[in-house]
Amino acid sequence: MKHTISVHVENEFGMLTRVAGLFSARGYQVDTICVAPTLEPGVSRMTLTTHGNDHVIQQILQQTRKLIKVRKVVDMTASPHVEREMVMLTVNAHMGEQRQEVLSLVEIFRARVVDVSEDAFILELTGNFDKIEAFIGLLKPIGILDIVRTGPVAMTRVAAVRAQQLADEEEEFSELTLNEKV
Amino acid sequence: MKMRGARILLEALRCEGVKHVFGYPGGAVLHIYDEIVQTSEELGITHYLVRHEQGSLFAAAGYSQATGKTGVALVTSGPGGTNAVTGIANAFMDSIPIVVFTGQVPTHLIGNDAFQEADLTGITRSCTKHNYLVKKVEDLAPTIKEAFYVASSGRPGPVLVDLPKDVTAQVCDFSYPETIELESYKPQVYGNPKQVRRAVQAMIEAERPVLYIGGGAIAAGAYDEVRQLAERLDLPTTCTLMGLGGFPANHPLSLGMLGMHGGYWTNMAVNNCDLLISIGARFDDRVTGKLSDFAVGAKFIHVDIDPSCIGKNVRCDFPVIGDAKTVGRQMLQELDAQLSDGVKIAPRDAWHEQIAEWRRQHPFSFKEDGDIIKPQQVIHELRRITGGKAYVSADVGQHQMWTAQLYGFDQPRQWLNSGGLGAMGYGFPAAIGAAVAHPDELCVAVVGDGGFQMSLNELATVRQYNIPVKILLINNGYLGMVRQWQEQFYEHRYSHSDMEVAPDFVRLAEAYGVTALRATRKDEVAHTLEKGLNLPGPVLIEMKVAREENVFPIVPAGAALKDMILA
Repeated sequence: MKHTISVHVENEFGMLTRVAGLFSARGYQVDTICVAPTLEPGVSRMTLTTHGNDHVIQQILQQTRKLIKVRKVVDMTASPHVEREMVMLTVNAHMGEQRQEVLSLVEIFRARVVDVSEDAFILELTGNFDKIEAFIGLLKPIGILDIVRTGPVAMTRVAAVRAQQLADEEEEFSELTLNEKV
Repeated sequence: MKMRGARILLEALRCEGVKHVFGYPGGAVLHIYDEIVQTSEELGITHYLVRHEQGSLFAAAGYSQATGKTGVALVTSGPGGTNAVTGIANAFMDSIPIVVFTGQVPTHLIGNDAFQEADLTGITRSCTKHNYLVKKVEDLAPTIKEAFYVASSGRPGPVLVDLPKDVTAQVCDFSYPETIELESYKPQVYGNPKQVRRAVQAMIEAERPVLYIGGGAIAAGAYDEVRQLAERLDLPTTCTLMGLGGFPANHPLSLGMLGMHGGYWTNMAVNNCDLLISIGARFDDRVTGKLSDFAVGAKFIHVDIDPSCIGKNVRCDFPVIGDAKTVGRQMLQELDAQLSDGVKIAPRDAWHEQIAEWRRQHPFSFKEDGDIIKPQQVIHELRRITGGKAYVSADVGQHQMWTAQLYGFDQPRQWLNSGGLGAMGYGFPAAIGAAVAHPDELCVAVVGDGGFQMSLNELATVRQYNIPVKILLINNGYLGMVRQWQEQFYEHRYSHSDMEVAPDFVRLAEAYGVTALRATRKDEVAHTLEKGLNLPGPVLIEMKVAREENVFPIVPAGAALKDMILA
């Protein structure tokens, strides 16, 4: 099954290779990976997608957590979340009917034309995996000259975040009582 | 106070309480060696010049395994670092805390394919717990602090610090951080009390429990806790290869080692238990054999400080993440609490009797053969003469398994071997590390003729510093374990396992100025061994043993424990 995993890392030299190297060393698949800074200076957030059975995913989470400069690893798939990916495509758009057809697809998918030339457009679309696949599928017969995808980024839904915070507070409470016993 | 990077390194080592460093100089670490010759004595740090960088890592490993302290190695850039990689990988597999300092070309040359340049942080990324490239001298002291902290805490392991030459020459104020906290690294020491409670309840109720102790229990210093748990809960206790000495071999509850070359009774007990209590072990393939047939009727308690080990190989019914010693104490407290509630420990007499019966059926044994020395006899004699008190390192192969089976380790940190990586060449330098740490104790390196030839260059090291390592060379003229597998699983086709040409080891040792003795007949063993062990300084004792002896029992690779071959 496909899993989307969010990894908060300290943005050190070579951090991406540490995570990517762990995956290759242990034989896990990386389908997509996407890294950029967060609001906290020095901390980046990676979103990566991978697949495997529950046992493999558990190992991926634990092994990634073990990396010294990894702060947090969350399997987004386990809770309600929003996932978006961006794609840019250069597509044929010769004057006339073809150009109109592309523009109507842009309209329907709420994509954008970000570059125009006599015979081609560059289009930009954001959406979940299925939407992007559908868009690509419809453009293929028209002629896709070039394509680039970011791979998904994901964010946990607000309600789920609140619930998690409550759970964490409870956990902290029990940790406190437990420390008193020591 | 302002000082150059090289001095900062040594001052930081002093702050970490480092007394011994194993290393090898070279161009990129010249500033550091220049500082060593001037100030290390004043700082109370002794540097040992090994004869190969791999030896520095193995010596640091032996030093650490024999003491629990963090080992320190220092090597130069490029080939110095790459030569050290096997030793680093060994420490990684066996969770040995080591900080390795490697030289690096000056920062402005990094990436330039400069002379003796290698991307050491890149090369060692997958065999270190963490590694660092120090790019400016201001980062040096905090990085060293962090390196020692990371290496020695949580599940210990090797940490590499790469030091560009210019950084060791730059000058800055030295102040060593007193404390350290990393946002991203907080090992969980204390076990979840609910899990501990459930685990202890299962331990009380089990009818056929086995306690299974790994290297993690030794790393955590959990000897007393393990012993109390075993005694109070009446638990037959087995140790992994890495865990030997974690529970006294001479204890009535001891089952010895389990796994591929474990005792028949041990593997039968593990395979037929209804509860397997693992403390600091990781269900390695050499322990479990075929996983789908491993202890099928058992529930599993798994105590480990590394969450990724739990559930990795076997399903786990009672996972407890935490330090073996801390969780051990929690378990003992919890046991008190449950017993005071009137709970009774399930009777285990029938279980003990069953295990004793298995032991009577197939104890460890070997056949005498005229005058020929049997390697097992040598290990029995070693145990007898040393009273089981020596620090014993082994290389890798048959002699390692015989030592593990037969020496009988009663104390933790007494047994040193390359368990996870199985790196030939480990035994002799590791014993050097142990002997440096314990100059007044007997340190014996049990080695085979194959592995010894991978590190016999260190004979010069023991001679130079008069390190009193006793090398017990079990010479059968074969790569014995390879030969055994070729005999058993490849129809006697001995492909390149016969060491047809070998040096005269006695004369070789003497060429290095090391005293050497040899026994070739059974009746010479006790006398030769006793004499050699009692000579001062380094000594090589060669035993010309039976050429084609096999280690039994053996669980063929990929087979179930119950399918072990007994003879």
